[in-house]
Amino acid sequence: MINETVTTTNTDTPSTATASNELIGAVIKEKALIFELSQPGRVGYSLPECDVPRVETSSVIPQEMLRSESAALPEVYEVDVIRHYTELSRLNFGVDNGFYPLGSCTMKYNPKINEDVARYAGFAKIHPYQPETSIQGALEMLHTLQNDLAALTGMDAVTLQPAAGAHGEWTGLMMIRAYHEKRGEHRTKVIVPDSSHGTNPASATVAGFQTITIPSNEKGLVDLEALRAAVGPDTAALMLTNPNTLGLFEEQITKIAQVVHEAGGLLYYDGANSNAIMGITRPGDMGFDVVHLNLHKTMSTPHGGGGPGAGPVGVKNKLLPFLPEPVVEKKEDGSYTLRSGSPDSIGRVKAYYGNFGILVRAYTYIRTYGPEGLRRVSECAVLNANYMMHRLKDHYIMPYDNVCKHEFVMSGKGLKQYGVRTLDVAKRLLDFGYHPPTVYFPLNVEECIMIEPTETESKETLDAFIDTMIQIANEAKETPELVINAPYTTVVKRLDEATAARKPVLNCACS
Amino acid sequence: MKLHRYIPMTPQNEADMLAVVGASSIEDLFKDIPAAVRYQGTLPMSEMLDEYALTRHMGQLAGRNADTDRYTSFLGAGIYDHHVPSVINHVISRSEFYTAYTPYQPEISQGELQAIFEFQSYICELTGMAVANASMYDGATALAEAASLAASATGRTKIVAFSTIHPEARAVVRSYARGLNLEVVEVAYGDGVTDISALAEVLDDQTAAVLVQSPNFFGGIEGIRAAADLAHEKGALLVVSTNPISLGLLEAPGKLGADIVVGDAQPLGISMSLGGPTCGFFAVSQAQMRRMPGRIVGQTKDRDGKRGFVLTLQTREQHIRRDKATSNICSNQALLALSASVYMSIMGKQGMIDVADLNIQKAHYAAQKLSSVAGLKLTFQSPFFNEFVITLPEGTSAAELNLKLLEQGVIGGYDLGLSYPELSGHMLFAVTEKRTKSEIDQLATQLEASL
Repeated sequence: MINETVTTTNTDTPSTATASNELIGAVIKEKALIFELSQPGRVGYSLPECDVPRVETSSVIPQEMLRSESAALPEVYEVDVIRHYTELSRLNFGVDNGFYPLGSCTMKYNPKINEDVARYAGFAKIHPYQPETSIQGALEMLHTLQNDLAALTGMDAVTLQPAAGAHGEWTGLMMIRAYHEKRGEHRTKVIVPDSSHGTNPASATVAGFQTITIPSNEKGLVDLEALRAAVGPDTAALMLTNPNTLGLFEEQITKIAQVVHEAGGLLYYDGANSNAIMGITRPGDMGFDVVHLNLHKTMSTPHGGGGPGAGPVGVKNKLLPFLPEPVVEKKEDGSYTLRSGSPDSIGRVKAYYGNFGILVRAYTYIRTYGPEGLRRVSECAVLNANYMMHRLKDHYIMPYDNVCKHEFVMSGKGLKQYGVRTLDVAKRLLDFGYHPPTVYFPLNVEECIMIEPTETESKETLDAFIDTMIQIANEAKETPELVINAPYTTVVKRLDEATAARKPVLNCACS
Repeated sequence: MKLHRYIPMTPQNEADMLAVVGASSIEDLFKDIPAAVRYQGTLPMSEMLDEYALTRHMGQLAGRNADTDRYTSFLGAGIYDHHVPSVINHVISRSEFYTAYTPYQPEISQGELQAIFEFQSYICELTGMAVANASMYDGATALAEAASLAASATGRTKIVAFSTIHPEARAVVRSYARGLNLEVVEVAYGDGVTDISALAEVLDDQTAAVLVQSPNFFGGIEGIRAAADLAHEKGALLVVSTNPISLGLLEAPGKLGADIVVGDAQPLGISMSLGGPTCGFFAVSQAQMRRMPGRIVGQTKDRDGKRGFVLTLQTREQHIRRDKATSNICSNQALLALSASVYMSIMGKQGMIDVADLNIQKAHYAAQKLSSVAGLKLTFQSPFFNEFVITLPEGTSAAELNLKLLEQGVIGGYDLGLSYPELSGHMLFAVTEKRTKSEIDQLATQLEASL
């Protein structure tokens, strides 16, 4: 599956830590697009026979509504398809390929039983509009999951509908907006710390709010004075991640909650970092009124290359009337039902009942651990992160070197004197078979490197990664070009992103 | 301490690591959490099960649902029971795909990036549009994002939506519109499709977008070109939500004047899964490219001049623009976009035509067959794709009829009274390529017997 028509002259050797750019004159192989494999007349499909009396299509659908020319889709057979996508998969790196310490994304192992279960016909092959009597098993699972997530977060009720974290944020903010409006209050501002995820202010905008960003203090935590100065009669909510994106627990959380509540605002918990606190502390007990969870982070559902995820939202009682529709309820006779029609509901946020297939996986994960097991998950995630931070602190600058939670940030600014940037460190890691950590986030740390090991990685894996990070720091001092020109071993070298954005080529323009 | 199969931490590891950290216990690592907010005791959650017991438990829950391996389905209304080629599950089960995150590191994500680039190419081919993004949560949210794009592109605040759009998609549009302070006005339907004169009445120079679904919720094929002409006359954008499998034979909305084309890719090889996860698609004309929400993959070259793919046009996005982003969306439905791509690869040029044709043939046979049952009639006379509405005899409850069908192993049609009160006693039937003549004939017999 090599596109023979596009070749150039040279490529670099695969590199180990010590290799340099040695030209071996190999032919660069470009992976063909599926469209480039097309051969007229080839087919890959098998469809049922037309066993009903045929009608002429144009006799039932007017000609002007029919396609004037058919879509220029490729003509390939099944083996082409399997080889093409198998080869693409081999050009991709997932958690099953190796360590993936991407901070804030909780790239833990995705259990295989979850994948099996979600494919059971009784889950995968059911329709959202079947009679309720014919989906009682599904509704019972949803109801139990709602209760489990409410218990885990310390909230009174949970909606499973939001499709992702950002979608959950928006859903929560719409409920906050409805709550204030119902009370006759016009509150237009959402406060976020400067370390917040970009989705927080973006979700606030889509929910019709303006964002106020407050600076963090020297400890990397919410600056209470800045918060006091920011709140007022126009405050709708404070959005907070706790532990925050620096991996630090907001020790003053009860005071923060008090300041916001006294101003008449509500507290929104961005659950991206929940992997640090399961069974140890709960947003509901910290004073949060609304919580979203990222099931694709904390609850091990696979990230899928960018989705699908799921972003359930939990609320305290005062927000119950505003939950999106429908809500799964248990009736007195023990059966389950989908209820709509609450007059104050914010309405629908997504078609049907959320990303059910993802919810099945998350429920399976919860039952794999139970409450004590989930607590152990968080304990090990936090120990792993602290261990890495301590072993790396002599080699990279730790802006906050106290105890961290499930992740920590360090700065690559110490390498700038050698002309090496954090991006270069990330690219060099690729040569050692690692997915790099999150880089350049959060924005309030210069040359930021954000590491989240998760609980599913062993000490040996952490040690090997740490040793590699130390080696790269040494390379940066001794042979900076080696780092700056990395990676060497990947299927492509650094790509020209500027041209991609300036002169966008966004499809193959086959027709 | 209980050891666990996904957690490698041994007691020895724990002791060694704590020593490096300088902590005496794991508890020490949580000392920054105030005692007042520490949770005491065990959370009241579902208990742990061993792997075998868990498969049994999940099997029992699954077994209480009527699935389409065991039941014959005539239910559509936005989620369809199409044949899913075996190849798809094998491809999306490759864990290099499903255990990866968003491709932020292009050098080790070329597989996903190329797969998304091909998905964008497929969507452009099917819809007749210039550019498409990497996908959206679902068809309903894609439609809402299209309304949002139109409002920002035109600087206007009124959204005109055909009432033949999926009721849940309209509801999602209303929710987003509330957040963005947009007004939504609906256009009444006529004979199963929308009268263009009704559209003309509500259009004005404050209209940002006209939202059309075709094939619409009743299965009917809307007059897209006339709607586009009217919308453009007023300076509004035309947004078309469509069923991608219909585009094997129905004209590409891009050729009929659409500015934005969205829809749900579920019919393209994605399992029904009680309605989710599915995959929304989103395609626009060249003029709207930089206003698109979501991830977009572009082609470029590496340092050696070799073709490669990257996430691009990121200055639209929340992680760069924060509160000024075109949308708050951060993820996409990459794995399901991959399902749809594999489906379209397997079907290819001819297969997409043939599957659309089978849907038309079988649905039209079923419409004729059911409407020939005494007491039943075809409600609307306008052209349709693979769904149609049947009027039940006066006083017949669609819900009760469906329960009778269920007892006979059939999942019946959608009770339209649930979302259109004036259509109480009407059922929406979907007939895909999977239904056989004998299943359709049997449905007619069962309905006759049940009435």
